[in-house]
Order: sequence, then C-alpha cells, then structure tokens
Amino acid sequence: MPPPLVIARLTVQEASRRRLLLALVILTLVVVGFSAWGFNKITTVTRSDGTLLPPAAVTAITSQLLIVITFMYSGVLALSAAVVAGPLISSEVESGLLLSMLARPVRRSEIVIGKWLGLAVLVAIYAAGSAFLEIAAVDWATGYVPPHPIELVLFVGAEGLALLSVGLLLSTRLSGITGGVIALVAWLMAWIAGVVGDIGVSLQNQAIENVGTISHLILPTDGLWRGAVYAMEPDVVLATLRAGGTIAQANPFAAVDPPPVQFLAWVAIWFALMLALSVWSFRTREI
Amino acid sequence: MADLAEISTAATPDRVAAGSPAIHTVELSKRFGGTVALAGLSMIVPRGEVFGFLGPNGAGKTTSVKLLLGLIAPTSGEGWLLGQPIGDLKTRRRIGYLPELFRYQSWLSAREVLAVHCELAPLPRSSWKDEITTALDTVGLTDRAADRVGTFSKGMQQRLGLAVALLGEPELVFLDEPTSALDPVGRHDVREIIRGLAARGTAVFLNSHLLSEVEQVCDRVAVVDHGRVIASGTMDQLLSGTTVRVRASGLASGDRAKLAPFGHVLEEGDQLTFTNLNVERVPELVAAIVAMGARVYEVAPRHQTLEDRFLELLEEEDS
Repeated sequence: MPPPLVIARLTVQEASRRRLLLALVILTLVVVGFSAWGFNKITTVTRSDGTLLPPAAVTAITSQLLIVITFMYSGVLALSAAVVAGPLISSEVESGLLLSMLARPVRRSEIVIGKWLGLAVLVAIYAAGSAFLEIAAVDWATGYVPPHPIELVLFVGAEGLALLSVGLLLSTRLSGITGGVIALVAWLMAWIAGVVGDIGVSLQNQAIENVGTISHLILPTDGLWRGAVYAMEPDVVLATLRAGGTIAQANPFAAVDPPPVQFLAWVAIWFALMLALSVWSFRTREI
Repeated sequence: MADLAEISTAATPDRVAAGSPAIHTVELSKRFGGTVALAGLSMIVPRGEVFGFLGPNGAGKTTSVKLLLGLIAPTSGEGWLLGQPIGDLKTRRRIGYLPELFRYQSWLSAREVLAVHCELAPLPRSSWKDEITTALDTVGLTDRAADRVGTFSKGMQQRLGLAVALLGEPELVFLDEPTSALDPVGRHDVREIIRGLAARGTAVFLNSHLLSEVEQVCDRVAVVDHGRVIASGTMDQLLSGTTVRVRASGLASGDRAKLAPFGHVLEEGDQLTFTNLNVERVPELVAAIVAMGARVYEVAPRHQTLEDRFLELLEEEDS
C-alpha cells in the first residue's frame, strides 16, 4: 500500500480505536431518535379548531426544522473536524511520533495527503451516515424527503472537509489547541460574514454585500452551507422566500438559489490550494 | 584535537560505490535562526563500525542525527549515507532509526506498530512475519506483542523503538540515546544488540552521553561540543593517558595552582584528579604535594576512562 494510504488508514484506525467513531454513532442515533419523535408530532399536532395541519404546512415546518437540525449536524462536523485536524500533525511532531515514520522512505507531502485523506473518509462517512439516518427518520415520521438529498450530503460533507483542511494547514505550524480554536472561530466568522452579506443584499448595498462574497472566497464554509440549505428547501418554501423579496432572503437559514457554478469551481481550487499550502508549510518546518 | 586521520576533505558525490562509507559528511552545519546548532561536521564512519557520538546536552548530537537522516535540511555542507546524498528516499530503506523522542501509536499493538514500519520500509509482505517475530524476540517483547503500546512502560516503548530500528536488517542504524529509559538489564541487552549488529556488518551510529556504555561497545568516537567536533578517534587513540587520583589535605588554593605542570586537574573536595599524567611522574607529583606541607592519604593511578577524557576535553574547550 502506498505511504499516503497507509497514513490515511492509520488516521481512520486511530479515530476508531480512540472511540471517536463510536461516540459519533451513539450521538447521531440519539439525535435521530429524538428528532424522529419530534417530527412525528408535527403530523399529529392540532390547530385551535381541532384539525390537523394541512400537508403543505407539514412540509414547510418539517423542512425548516430539518434545516435547523442539519445546522447542528454541520456544527458537530465542523467542530469535530477542527478538533481532530488541529493536532493532527503538530501533536505527532511534538511527541516525536512522526520522527521514526519520516525516517522511512516517506515524503512529508505523503504524510499531509494521507492525513487529509483519512479525515476526509471520516467526514464523508459521518456526513453520509448521519444524513441518511436523519432523512430516513424524517421520511418515516412525516413522509417528507428533502428535494435534493445527494446535494445535501455533498454540501454538508464539503463544509466539514473545508474546516478539516483549515485545521490541517494550521496543525503544520501551530499547536493542536491553537489550531483547533482558530479553525472554529474562522468557521463562525465566515458564518457571520455570510449574514452580513445577506444584509447587504437586502439593503442593496454593494459594499456590505461584498463582505459576504469575500468571506465565501476566503473560507467557503458558509457558501457551502447555503448550498445545503437550498438542497433542503421544498418548492413551497422557495416560493414564499422569493415572494418575500430581498428582506426575506437575508437569513442564514435560507437560500433562494443554488450556489453558482463559479463558486463550486472556486471551492475545488480552494481545496487544492489549501492542500498545497499545507504540504509546503510542513515541508519547510523544522522538526 | 585528537586524531583527525579519518576526517577527510575530499568529499565527492562520486562515492556511491558499494564500498562507500556508511556515513560521510563535509562541513555539515545547521543554524536555527541565530543559534548555531552544528558548526561544520566533517567525518567518515566506515561500514560495520560502531561509532559513538558524544557530547553534553545541547551540543548538537540530535541535530546531527536529524541532519544525517534528512529529517531537517542543513544550512550548509554536504553528506552521504551509504554512498547516497543525505535525504535520499531509497537509501532510507537500508537505515534503521531509534529517535531520542521515542513515541509510537499508542492505540496500536506492538506487532501492529512493527507491521506499519514494515509497510513503510517497505519490506516484502512475505517477510513481515519473520521480521516482526525476530525483532520482538531480540528486544524481549515477544510476550507483549499483542498488547497496546499505550499500556507499555517507557522502557518497553524504548525497546519497541529499538525493534522498529532493527527491521529489515538495515546496513546503518542510528540510535539516539537508546538506553535513556532502560534499567541496567535493559542497558546490557542493548549493548548485546549493538554487538550483534556489528557482528553482522551493520554500522551503528550511537548517540549517547552514557560514556561507560559508549566505551564498552564503540570502535571509534567523536566528541562534539557547541556544535563542533572537538576530538575523534579510536578508543586507544583517545584514551592513551593515565589518570591519577590523589587525596590530600592541607593544600591551599595557591598551592593547587602550582600543580599546573602536572597537567589538567579536576578538583572535588580534598580529591585531585590529574586526567592525563604519565605514571612515571607520580613520585614527583607526590613529592611536590608533600613539599607544600600537605598530607597525602591516597594515590591511585589508573587508565584514563572515557569520562575522564570527556571532561578534560570539555574543560579545555571552555578555557
């Protein structure tokens, strides 16, 4: 097996042996169980006249609630990615664990790529697994399935992957705690900058709108999150948002359009740049 | 500076033949910002030789090992391992390394750690089982092969590190303070392992400040201080003198200064150790001390130890 795959396998193995995967599985099952119970209540709740909610209202409420729950999942993913990626390289340099491995015919770039691959697999497994369980639970409870489930998984997974890439880059130079905290703050700042950009859109103020655009370019997590939101919005919600004009769209839990292709292309370039930067940073580090 | 015969200035990249030395460096130096960690290391370590690299803490020993292994880049100078430029990936297949900071994946078993290194080495998969079994047996960890490394004591982790370094019958092994966590039995075992490596023709670069250990196993040593080699040679070349220990009372500090003609002296309370004194001059020394009005209780000439020579060299360097 080539060195990057050996390193990737070790990364996955470590998460498994340290029971990170088990903890995430248990937490996901608990959240899925509770949310299934909650979603089921939407179909049985009665209005003041004693009648059940009409299907369109159930769909609208379910979709909004699913967006909020997905936000929690994306938060867990971002947090996990930042916390796990932050010390990924720095802690192994500090402890000396990498010394004996780097004395083998292994390039530093292979270490970085292997670590990234291993965590990417974990992010993908968590994003796909939790999304499948949650969507299945919602479908069972209400009969509602988001319009673009595949895109939903891809966007949430890519958001986690973006945080993981930032954490990995920082871990080539900074200690684990510092790198993790910076990655987490960057994620929140990007989210807030996205909201600021929305306000710019609603006020039709180009300067404020640019804040959101630039933040999406520097750290595309919020842009990817908006893609996930769009993937979860049924037609009835989209119609309402469009009817509400720019004011209604100034909302971090709303998106009236899918992310533009240019943005998605930039995201691909951004990932390549982050990985290249991580490799360069680690190669030039004294160990 | 002691023997420099083995230090060559004729270093060319053409030395790639099978008969090339295990290690060859020319003016290898390393700076970390404004700090000079290594100031021009030039040496040749022949194949199959056990080479001791000595020096006080912070002398540049571990930096040298990292430079030789290509883990860090030199600021200037050149070096070759087994005839290939340092940092060459293919050459690393033939090299074993026990770092001073020995840490291995705590969530893996000892056997799994060794398998990872077999894979990265890379060794043919068919040989892994035998390689791992032999390495575990050599370092005395066979009974703990299936246990997680996280449950190991420091000494056992160092043994595991040694097993990692022995995988694949390397032609050159770097051992950086290999007995720092070991008890006397473990140290004895390591000495036996080093002798075993030498017997099969493996060159060993032993980085240590345990001088008695180095004295027992090394064919040749180099003493490094402040990033420079201050002496090197075979044990016989380095330890040619006699050390004389004298216990005497009633010597004033001014009198002690008058003993300078008898060579370098270490003082500890009423004990004076002349680190390099011809045994023929012992009666003359005793007479001089008695003439100063001092009372002599003990005079003990003995062969100079590596520790005597080491301390002498460092003091000479400081002065």
